[in-house]
Amino acid sequence: MSMSLIAAQLLNGLQLGILLFLMSAGLTLVMGIMNFANLAHGSLYMIGAYIAAALHAMTGSFVVSAILAVAGTLVVGYLLERLLLSRLYGVEDLYQVLATFGLILVFNQTVKIIWGQAPVFMSTPEFLSGTVTLFGLSYPSYRFAIIVAGLLVGLGLYLAINRTRVGMWIRAGASDREMIAALGVNIRLVNTLVFAIGAALAGFAGVMAGPILSIQPGMGEPILVLVLVVIVTGGIGSIRGAFYGALVVGIVDTIGRAFLPAIMRALLDPEIARGAGPAVASILIYVFMATVLALKPNGLFPAKYR
Amino acid sequence: MSLLEVKGLVKRFGGLLATDNLDLTIKPGELHAIIGPNGAGKTTLISQLSGTLRPTEGSILLEGRDITRWPVHRRAALGLARSYQITSVFTEFTVIENVMLAVQARSGSSFSFWTNVHSDAALVEPARDILRQVGLLDVADVPVARIAHGGRRQLEIAMSLAMAPRLLLLDEPMAGMSHSESKEMVTLLRRLKGQYGILLVEHDMSAVFALADRITVLVYGKPIACGRPEEIRKDKAVRAAYLGEEEIAA
Amino acid sequence: MNTNMLSRMRLSNCVALVLIAAFAVAPLVAHGIGQPFYIVLISRIMIFAIAAIGVNLALGYVGMVSLGHALYIGIGAYAVAISLHSGLANGWAHLLIALAAGGVIAVPIGLVCLRTSGFGFVMITLAFSQMFFYLAVGLRQYGGDEGMPLPSRSAFFPLDAANATTFYYMAFFVLMLVLLLLHRLIHARFGMVIRGCKLNEARMRALGFSTLRHKLVAYVISAEICVLAGVLLANLTRFATPSYLEWIMSGDLVVMTVLGGAGTLIGPLVGATVWVVLEELLASFYIDLPWNLSEFIRSNWTAVLGIVIIVVTLTLKKGLYGFLVARDGGVR
Repeated sequence: MSMSLIAAQLLNGLQLGILLFLMSAGLTLVMGIMNFANLAHGSLYMIGAYIAAALHAMTGSFVVSAILAVAGTLVVGYLLERLLLSRLYGVEDLYQVLATFGLILVFNQTVKIIWGQAPVFMSTPEFLSGTVTLFGLSYPSYRFAIIVAGLLVGLGLYLAINRTRVGMWIRAGASDREMIAALGVNIRLVNTLVFAIGAALAGFAGVMAGPILSIQPGMGEPILVLVLVVIVTGGIGSIRGAFYGALVVGIVDTIGRAFLPAIMRALLDPEIARGAGPAVASILIYVFMATVLALKPNGLFPAKYR
Repeated sequence: MSLLEVKGLVKRFGGLLATDNLDLTIKPGELHAIIGPNGAGKTTLISQLSGTLRPTEGSILLEGRDITRWPVHRRAALGLARSYQITSVFTEFTVIENVMLAVQARSGSSFSFWTNVHSDAALVEPARDILRQVGLLDVADVPVARIAHGGRRQLEIAMSLAMAPRLLLLDEPMAGMSHSESKEMVTLLRRLKGQYGILLVEHDMSAVFALADRITVLVYGKPIACGRPEEIRKDKAVRAAYLGEEEIAA
Repeated sequence: MNTNMLSRMRLSNCVALVLIAAFAVAPLVAHGIGQPFYIVLISRIMIFAIAAIGVNLALGYVGMVSLGHALYIGIGAYAVAISLHSGLANGWAHLLIALAAGGVIAVPIGLVCLRTSGFGFVMITLAFSQMFFYLAVGLRQYGGDEGMPLPSRSAFFPLDAANATTFYYMAFFVLMLVLLLLHRLIHARFGMVIRGCKLNEARMRALGFSTLRHKLVAYVISAEICVLAGVLLANLTRFATPSYLEWIMSGDLVVMTVLGGAGTLIGPLVGATVWVVLEELLASFYIDLPWNLSEFIRSNWTAVLGIVIIVVTLTLKKGLYGFLVARDGGVR
């Protein structure tokens, strides 16, 4: 296999990692601050993708529909938190897991009612339909744009969290909730804010993924499982953990799927390898997660100090 | 040989010194009280003895055996029984079920999957004996959720006794008790005294001075005095550092 | 307490007895009204009830929220399927192989999972079941992601498992056996320890219990009960598919358990019954309602189920049967 193929797959892995990071950033903070486990986070990603696709078909402008879709998921996230999920703060994990599990069913069915069962497609915006050349490697502009946009958002988040007062509250809330309450900060308000922004980021990830995936009901669950892997291995409540975790998971998963079957064919009986290759590739990240948790039960970058 | 021997114990939390080079011995059958102002590191000490906190330095010996690095459950199995400052009995179980659980902890295997514990004489009989001893036999079959605070405290003691302890670690057993409940507790502790080694942390000074064989005074994690109650009463350093005159008069 | 329980017939106990009696006579009724289809449906309910009882042992009595028990259903199902395809038809052998495989897999997984707690535990159990899900998808020679039909049911000599009614009573017998086992277990020494762990694990350690060992054994027993359900499920549907290992399946089992009442003996049975019946009813909803509502519910029944889950979590935390038990004074 050639170096350029490896490089292209590395970029694909990076691109998946960036999407995972956008998804994980908000969710890990909500889990850190309110100890809240939100399985319906993947649905926000799906909603972002659907809204963008619908608006794109209507307006023809990718930028406008992206902005409106992100705003839309922000509103959905805000309402969700205020009307339903905030009632579940402080109850056992079990009920949070269950209620948000129920929400997944509702959201999936709702988009099915509105947009139908069949996949919806969203075209790549005109100005990003070509390729870019990086170090002699030609790579689709749109995928490259995902990486750049994701890194910019990540940088913005980093600055917002490390350089602003609200960011300080958020960091403090994720590591020690009692302390921040003692400082007189309205932790509920901080959390609503974090939740809504987290929803918007998930929506943004959905928008960005829209043109490279088929948009369909239930598209949020496979990525949600990856996001949860990222959060738990990175350390619940840790943005840094989410960033590194997302990159590792994105790259390991992509590279594994791309090359492991071929490697196994070379080493094993081809008949066995053909079946087992993709399976082992899919399993890689779970092996990674189980290993991390077995060695460091609180994840790679635990946010809580006990 | 001493029952418990603590040598050069140090516990740091970051820059904070919670236990400062502490030595302590408890003889078999002795009731040794630890007093000191809030934040003196009394509960930290108990936690290190029972094993929920690891000391930074120093060693803890129970009957000559070094248990400094042992996990909680092994210390408990060896006879180190702790009662908690915040009552932590099992409220969904009945009174006797709580005590039976403690009896079960030291009596053979718990990998029995078929026999109902209530028809297990090896659990019920000792549990009833202990409930009789602490005066809770009348409420044996009442769920703990319906028992008053004082009763739960007595139950804590009963569970500690059921573990067939060599050393009881009692962390403020009278906290939050009414006057009459405290008096009952003093009577109970007086009865237990001599049968077990007891380490008592308590704010109720009249109880401490009435019960203790020896008292150690802890200030900022450091023992500033140790001796019989009358010696402590007279100790100048103690008066200066901690005891108000009126408390001694009481 | 014991004498109390026997002398006063509580409403919760009556419900339990009526429900079990109904399961006992259901095939007769189904044949009587000429609807033998119901025998298969109720067999399915009982099999999910068995799995939910397994989940309940971990979830309701030890407080371990596992989102990965579908893994063990899959092990049971694939043990049967692979054995049958290799020419081994003996059902008793299938049972042995399935339980052995379940044990070999559950012990190391349990050891790793129990290093974590809370949401970490939920996630790591999910991760392990995902691993096996993809493994099943990768088993091309056994159908890959489409799964594979079984050539026949397991041969449980001298019973005729191919007969729907006989199979029904086999499932019924396993259900009763599992209920009896759990009833004895939770009131025995072992049960006291694991229930103590759920209420206050730190206190249990301070009493001198090695809690990890007890939690691990409870985890393995709960896994093995799900393996049993898997063996039965493959035989009922005559099919083994990766979808048995999907995390949605694990989620459904948790929902059934909580819907009926986690930490109660009969709760999972009630939950599984209500859940499966609800699925069937909603998917074939035909009551004449205005605005074409009937049609709407029929085509969107999963959303209705989702709403049911949310409402149950918000309002009925103890579950349907758990609510009765609590009303009757909290005796489990």
